[in-house]
Amino acid sequence: MDKRLSVSSSPHIRSDITTRRLMLDVIIALIPATAAGIYYFGVRAALLIAITTLSCVGWEYVTRKALKRSNTIGDLSAVVTGLILALNLPPQLPVWMAVVGAFFAIVVVKQLFGGIGQNFVNPALAARAMLVVAYGSRMTFWTAPFNSASNMADAVSSATPLGILKEGGILPGLSQMFFGNIGGSLGETSALALIIGGLYLLFRGVITWHIPVIYTGTVALMAWILGPNGFLTGNPLFHVLAGGLLLGAFFMATDYTTSPMTKKGMAIFSVGCGVLTIVFRLYTNMPEGVSFAILLMNVAVPLIDRYTAPKRFGGGARV
Amino acid sequence: MKFFRIKGGVHPSHHKSTKDATTVVMGLPSKVVIPMVQHLGAPCQPLVKKGDTVKVGQVIGNTDAFVSAPVHASVSGTVTAVEPRIISGSRPILCVEIKPDGLQELDAIEPPVVTSKEDFLKAVRASGLTGLGGAGFPTHVKLNPPKDAKVDTLIINAAECEPYITSDYRECLENTAGIIEGIEHVLKWTGIPKAFIGIEDNKPDAVELLKKATMSKPNIEVVSLPSIYPQGAEKMLIYALTGRQVPPGKLPADAGCIVLNVTSVAFLANYIKTGMPLIKKRITVDGSAVKYPKNVEVLIGTPVGEVFEFCGGLKEEPGKLIMGGPMMGVALYSLELPVLKNTNALLALSEQEGKLPQETACIRCGRCVRACPMNLLPLEIDRLAKASQFDELNKYNIMDCIECGSCVFACPAKRLIVQSIRLGKDALRRASAKKQA
Repeated sequence: MDKRLSVSSSPHIRSDITTRRLMLDVIIALIPATAAGIYYFGVRAALLIAITTLSCVGWEYVTRKALKRSNTIGDLSAVVTGLILALNLPPQLPVWMAVVGAFFAIVVVKQLFGGIGQNFVNPALAARAMLVVAYGSRMTFWTAPFNSASNMADAVSSATPLGILKEGGILPGLSQMFFGNIGGSLGETSALALIIGGLYLLFRGVITWHIPVIYTGTVALMAWILGPNGFLTGNPLFHVLAGGLLLGAFFMATDYTTSPMTKKGMAIFSVGCGVLTIVFRLYTNMPEGVSFAILLMNVAVPLIDRYTAPKRFGGGARV
Repeated sequence: MKFFRIKGGVHPSHHKSTKDATTVVMGLPSKVVIPMVQHLGAPCQPLVKKGDTVKVGQVIGNTDAFVSAPVHASVSGTVTAVEPRIISGSRPILCVEIKPDGLQELDAIEPPVVTSKEDFLKAVRASGLTGLGGAGFPTHVKLNPPKDAKVDTLIINAAECEPYITSDYRECLENTAGIIEGIEHVLKWTGIPKAFIGIEDNKPDAVELLKKATMSKPNIEVVSLPSIYPQGAEKMLIYALTGRQVPPGKLPADAGCIVLNVTSVAFLANYIKTGMPLIKKRITVDGSAVKYPKNVEVLIGTPVGEVFEFCGGLKEEPGKLIMGGPMMGVALYSLELPVLKNTNALLALSEQEGKLPQETACIRCGRCVRACPMNLLPLEIDRLAKASQFDELNKYNIMDCIECGSCVFACPAKRLIVQSIRLGKDALRRASAKKQA
């Protein structure tokens, strides 16, 4: 019987938490936003979500196979990337573009750098940025909610709240923005759905409050200070509800691999994301800045981690 | 009652189901196997040979080396073997095997005469006492810190933060007076003015008993600490009670503290009263594969298989046997291995619990960093050790690691971080030994 005894290094017990369980929780947390996207943008949105997610999983499987590495689709991280990428796309985007985006996210950004945990930027956001550069007009073709697949051809174009802010026009009301009855990316329009999902992540301990609260707080504060009619005239709520801020703050800036590891690091990272978001929104040609703000801060994470490494117990220099 | 909150840590389920199990005494085993090293330090030379008869309490191994402690026969009987055996780790250790004659005839056991600090330290050494909490550092060495260290605080470790284990808790309940007596001996002979008893707040009745017992003793303070693993790790406990941090690579004495396990001080009191050396130990026997979990008083050297038999045997084939707690204990490869001086628990986990989970890629979630009480970056050390970049490891202070296992417990990718750290430390030690040679 002694042969059957497992002899390994301590510790001999572990918490229940696994990578797969964490990813599953993120998927569960994205259900409200996904449902809201389908509700507002119809069957076309559902199709785009399905294709994007399936192609992310497909690309993951194929790449791992081609590189003769273990099959990792079971960890569900490709599903998360696919879902997040889909929620970042305009509802009327041609399906083949989504497949190209999935390729860029999974193959180029994730697997070629070594797979899960090795990507230096968020794969879904990098893919979105690539699509914006490659297919600019399609990636900024926004449609009004309540279009279904049946009348795809005459989808009514509609600017996003941030686009209206930049180009002029009548801004939607805050409650309309809260529920999501506005133009925009598939999954970013309903603040309510995103907050429900975000609260679930907090409740499950998948994320801590630091990044979402400090990020949105920074955006709100700066939007208020740098208002259109001078100092302290901005509308903080508008900037929190508009665009991809809540999607970004809860689901993308909190990506483990591309965010800092300590609470102090998270705070610096989140303030950086907030400042850059407002700078992009107010002082550049781009109406929205969330994805580029997070991507830029992703690149700064190794530096932030280095300077916020915890101080050695018992004194002495930090790493 | 002020305390300092330790950084990091984890919350494993307590599993202290044996807390109400009053200690029961196990009878004579069929044999005892007594290793000549049961402590950190120099090995003892055996003083008996095959065929000799020995009595209970007789010294059967000793050495002139300072950092060491003698070993005693736990039974009377005949020496049946003196030979090297693999106990734990990979190197064989010289062991004395004794077949009991059933008489338990006592050696000439007399209370030591203690009239000075020198007498006291000599007595502590002669008692064979090594830290009973787990690490097994010879107690007389601890009590005799370097002259330049200004020790002003005695810390009694009753935290017992490891899951399952309740042996120290039973000591607090069953031998409260002995603990206080032991503390007073140590304070008297070392001249340390103040003692703290640190205990986790998941043992409220022990806290209350100890508080009652120390009510009229202003120099002994009982401090109830939050139940968080590894509250009872030496450096953490010192910090929690005094706010002092032991500098890297230094000893508690460098932070003005001596830390003794609660059962160790109680043993000392009994030794000074009776002269009976360290030949037995209270052990928590638990785990899902054990039929009747118990707290058992066991003779040192008893094969662990016989201890399990005493507890009704095993319900099923265990997946893992652990000597000590599930966080820092040693996995045993055989039921033949003996109970040692510092054994405080024997756990038999089911096959399912004993299974090693599949290691997956690190996702850099930072849970290990936030769990590490020593403020290290476990994920980086794991990566560097697995890549054999041993030179880099010193930069990440690998030697600071206390191997508490909090990082592994917290890791969603089930990385074998402590294993990598042990390999890394070993490689660095070998490299520096080579350099010196």
